[in-house]
Parts: sequence; C-alpha cells; structure tokens
Amino acid sequence: MTDRETERLDIAPGEQHDTLLNEVTSYLIGLVLALALTATSFYIVSTSLLWGPGIAVGLVVLAIAQMGVHLVFFLHITSGPDNTNNVLALAFGVLIVLLIMAGTLWIMANLNANMAPSPELMNLQMQH
Amino acid sequence: MSTHAAPLLDAGSADTGLGNRGPQSKAIIVPYGFWLFILSDIIMFSALFASYAALVHAADGGPTGRDLFDLRNVAIETVALLVSSFVCGLALIAAKRRNMLWTQVWLLATGLLGFLFLLIELREFGSMIMAGAGPQRSAFLSAFFALVGCHGAHITAGLLWIGTLMAQVWAKGFQAHIMRRFLCFTLFWHALDIVWVAIFTIVYLMGMAP
Repeated sequence: MTDRETERLDIAPGEQHDTLLNEVTSYLIGLVLALALTATSFYIVSTSLLWGPGIAVGLVVLAIAQMGVHLVFFLHITSGPDNTNNVLALAFGVLIVLLIMAGTLWIMANLNANMAPSPELMNLQMQH
Repeated sequence: MSTHAAPLLDAGSADTGLGNRGPQSKAIIVPYGFWLFILSDIIMFSALFASYAALVHAADGGPTGRDLFDLRNVAIETVALLVSSFVCGLALIAAKRRNMLWTQVWLLATGLLGFLFLLIELREFGSMIMAGAGPQRSAFLSAFFALVGCHGAHITAGLLWIGTLMAQVWAKGFQAHIMRRFLCFTLFWHALDIVWVAIFTIVYLMGMAP
C-alpha cells in the first residue's frame, strides 16, 4: 500500500511514468534536437563562413547542449523532486569530470610553458 | 507485519523534498547503483579525454588528425549511434507494454545499428594502422586509440549485452528482474551516446576545424 507512494516520491534514473504517446514524443523530440545539433556541429566545421578561433567554442557549446538534450529526453533526468538523488549524483560526476579535465589541461600547459626543454630536444620529442 | 514496522517505511517527511526515508524498492536501488557506475565510467573517460587533449599536438612529425580523419565516416557513425539510442528507448517503451514482438524488433535494430557503428570504427582503425598510423606511432595516436578504442570496447560490451537481453526477455518474459536489467541497459547505451558526442566534437570536429 505504501509501495505506490514510495515509488511516486523517488524514481530510477532513465525511468519515466507517462502514456505511450508522451513517451514516444519525448524520444522523438530528443532525436530531432540531437540531429539538428549534430548537423550544426558538422556544418560549422565544413564552412568557412565563421571566424576560425571561435569555432572551437561554438563546437563545445553545441556538444554541451546535445548532452543536455540526451540527459533530458533519453535519460529522463528532470528537475522534479523524484529525481533529486539522480541529479545530485550527476552533479557530483560533472564536478569531478570538470576538475580532471580543467586540472589536467591547466597543469600540463603550465609545465609546457615553464619547463620546456631546449628547442633541439623539443624537436626530438614532439613537434607542434 | 506488525504495525510498528510501518513508520520505518513511511517515516519520510515530504517537506524535505528528498523522498521517504528507509529502504527503497529494488526497482529504484538497482538502476540508481547502475547510474553511479555510469557516472564513474564517465569520470574514467574524462581522464582519457584529458590525456588526449594534453597530447593532441604531440604528433612526433607523424600524421595529425587532419591527415587521418574522414568526417563523412564520422557523420555516419554519429547518426547510426544516435538512431540506435533512440530505437533503444522505443524498445524500453515496448517492453513496459509487455509487447514481445516490438521489444525484440527494436532491440535487434539497436544492436544492428551499434554493429554498423563498430564496423565503421574498426575499418577506420584498420586503415590507420595499415597506413603506419598505429598507436605506437606517436603520443597523439596512443591517446587517440586509447580514447576512441575504449569507447569502441564499451560498444562491443553493449552489443553482447543486447544479445543477452534479447535471449533473457525471450526466455523469461517481462519479469521484474529482467526489466531492471533492461532499464540498466538503456542507461548504459544512452550514456555511451553522450560519450560519443564528446568524442566526435573534441577528437574529430576540433581535429578538422580550420
């Protein structure tokens, strides 16, 4: 009897509780949005219309948007109270990912700048 | 069951917004544990991404991404994996309605699209290695094969899982524990697609960007 109540207060990641039409529509919206974002990403690389240095930033923004689309429409992560635990775990995961990525790039760039070997050695090991 | 046991299950106060206290049902705990595994897996991928980003220019005078990558192949791979992810969601919807035929059809489609993705990827790896651009050529290529190969290995494991799942659904029907595995599989498959979004952006598109 309380099982019904319990299940409405918490929900497993990836699960949704809706009608057939709602569920299929959600996946369809996700598919269309993801395809559009992917197509945009591939387009801005193939065109020369855009300012070169800005392309990388645009690509990252599009990729993050697409990951958001996947999370919302495919994994059904929402901001609702039944999703609190899932969102908290996700937020912690994102924090660690950002720390690893930003930390590595920061430290490696710093080492590269401060401890660069003499040019001859540089050519031996890696060429930019 | 005594009446004293009831408050344990129902003791949660709704005003915390954190749900009920006490043990949740397996239908919640199992996918949640798998969700934690997926997040850990993504953290492992982030380490591979970080090493790739640190080593991407260390081509040792050898071929760079611009010489090696073929964006047409990557586009086909991307669409195959995205549609596979979508179809995998349809399979879950069919399974929740206990429709055996469509569950199996959509799962098969998911697997075939994943297999297509894997074939294209292996062909790309093969042609790179044949051209002398294998993982031992430079630090850039080591990082490339580690990152993209690790994703490919996950896809391979996912394909094995699809086969197992189809057999289990067929043989055992839509029992609760099979449905839990089903939900975990869809989480895994969607998460792999998210990792692929990062790969095609950071590795392929940024590698080819002017």
